Amino acid sequence: MYAQMVKTDSTRLRSLDEMDPVERAFQERVDAGQKIEPKEWMPEGYRKTLVRQISQHAHSEIVGQLPEGNWITRAPTLERKAILLAKVQDEAGHGLYLYCAAETLGVSRDELYEQLHSGKAKYSSIFNYPTLTWADIGAIGWLVDGAAIMNQVPLQRCSYGPYSRAMIRICKEESFHQRQGYDILMKMVKGTPAQKAMVQDALNRWWWPSLMMFGPSDDASVHSAQSMAWKIKQNSNDELRQKFVDQTVPQAKYLGLTVPDPDLTWNEEKGGYDFGQPDWEEFFNVIAGNGPCNAERLEARRKAWNDGAWFRDGLTAHAEKMAERRAAAKIAAE
Amino acid sequence: MATATPEATVDKAALLEFLLRTGDNALVLGHRVSEWCGHSPVLEEDIALANTALDLIGQTQLWLGLAGEVGGRGRTADDLAYLRDGYEFRNLLLVERPNGDFGKTLMRQFLFDAWHYLLLKALKGSTDRRIAEIAEKAFKEVAYHLERSRDLIIRLGDGTAESHRRMQEALADLWPYTGEMFVGDASDAALAEAGVVPSPESLKAGWDEIVADALAEATLKRPADGYMHKGGRRGVHTEHLGYILSELQFLQRAYPGATW
Ligand SMILES: [Fe+2]
Ligand SMILES: [Fe+2]
Ligand SMILES: [Fe+2]
Repeated sequence: MYAQMVKTDSTRLRSLDEMDPVERAFQERVDAGQKIEPKEWMPEGYRKTLVRQISQHAHSEIVGQLPEGNWITRAPTLERKAILLAKVQDEAGHGLYLYCAAETLGVSRDELYEQLHSGKAKYSSIFNYPTLTWADIGAIGWLVDGAAIMNQVPLQRCSYGPYSRAMIRICKEESFHQRQGYDILMKMVKGTPAQKAMVQDALNRWWWPSLMMFGPSDDASVHSAQSMAWKIKQNSNDELRQKFVDQTVPQAKYLGLTVPDPDLTWNEEKGGYDFGQPDWEEFFNVIAGNGPCNAERLEARRKAWNDGAWFRDGLTAHAEKMAERRAAAKIAAE
Repeated sequence: MATATPEATVDKAALLEFLLRTGDNALVLGHRVSEWCGHSPVLEEDIALANTALDLIGQTQLWLGLAGEVGGRGRTADDLAYLRDGYEFRNLLLVERPNGDFGKTLMRQFLFDAWHYLLLKALKGSTDRRIAEIAEKAFKEVAYHLERSRDLIIRLGDGTAESHRRMQEALADLWPYTGEMFVGDASDAALAEAGVVPSPESLKAGWDEIVADALAEATLKRPADGYMHKGGRRGVHTEHLGYILSELQFLQRAYPGATW
């Protein structure tokens, strides 16, 4: 997911009886489905976990501009170019909503950037894979935005008000993202044999990384259990992955594509697909910084930030001058 | 303006020339601006630049779409954008200048926006209804582009010593590419005569005023009018255009006839 393996600082889940009255009242409100708002009391662990999760999510939106931005200048028609521009612009907007949501928890955008640029903060593993052909742009919309939707729809019900509201806005746009991706592929599979081959190649490369987006199995994870108790996570990673596979395989068939998983079979009994495991060693390598594009993505973000320092400083200096001039004019008028 | 139907009386070749020039400006500048996507100095700028590029690509579709109709050879806006070579492009040299630093990108945008704004404002009164309609829509977008680029060059010109220096340098670099906007040829004259477009020369005074005004507020010095580069409007470009087109047109060229 956009936020993978978020730690909670908890070592075990505590019952209501073990909590002091303030925390118990908080947990009871969460249990009753009420929203927690910025100025209200919250456990420090809850706040920290939310900051980690929201910032990871925000960074993913921002870094996520890069693989798709890579094809804007090469989009094959004016209309496709306009759609892709609008899509990437949306992702930047998502980043903005999310940084704002994180700010309500007392952490500034600049601080979060600092964590991203220093490599301390993570972003989704998926954006460390390269976009090699135009079909990759379709595959990202279909699979990556598709997987994001799986995760984000339940997050609309998250216990933290600002995050929940950001998710509601974001989800409205994500379904357009997924459709435009699927539409790109639809056109291509109806096209020439070369186009069709390009689409199959894209699926071959993006299928497993998409499944990895949900993170490794967390059924035994205390962090996951704590996040669920706090209602900042609603489903286990495996549940979401299963849902994603069940939704996506028929779509792949409709496109006339082969899902690159020899273990994929329909399981009548569970009413879902059985499927193979992604290469988790690869996943942990990507998370550790060894993915095909980690270095480039981070470098691109650092460069944008560093090269832009004079611009930001210039605007700040101008704003200060204007404030001084207004103050001076006010004194002169008195 | 005159009430004659210029569709019938105006020289088709001149009209086509004008539409290509206007559409190509939007296309090439939109391309340049979109190169910043995800790489700008702040998130708000990423969003604003994407918006500008989006407007320009939308305008390209309209101008080149009409060019395709007027040209009468069944060509679509995409055919014109993706299947012409550099010598057939009619954009100003200014818009194909490389992005440089963010200050240069903004200065290029401002110098162009000020002109684009005046052009579209005049085109809203074109005797050709189709042109007037496109101008009506594009003018609203470009009025906002100008407001934004003007505001930013003022803030950066009157910001820190470094931002001032960068903006002054950008201005010096780009200035020799501004003259081309105001030099008309026979085809411009024919269209201006029929009230279809303003003559390029007629936009100069208004542009000078917008620019002088903003530069004064920005504490930037207007460069002297020295030698001015020309050629884009008649298809003689800088080396940069070829690279823009090889990127822009890659898929259409590599897979001829494929639909996307
Ligand atoms: Fe997004
Ligand atoms: Fe998206
Ligand atoms: Fe717009």
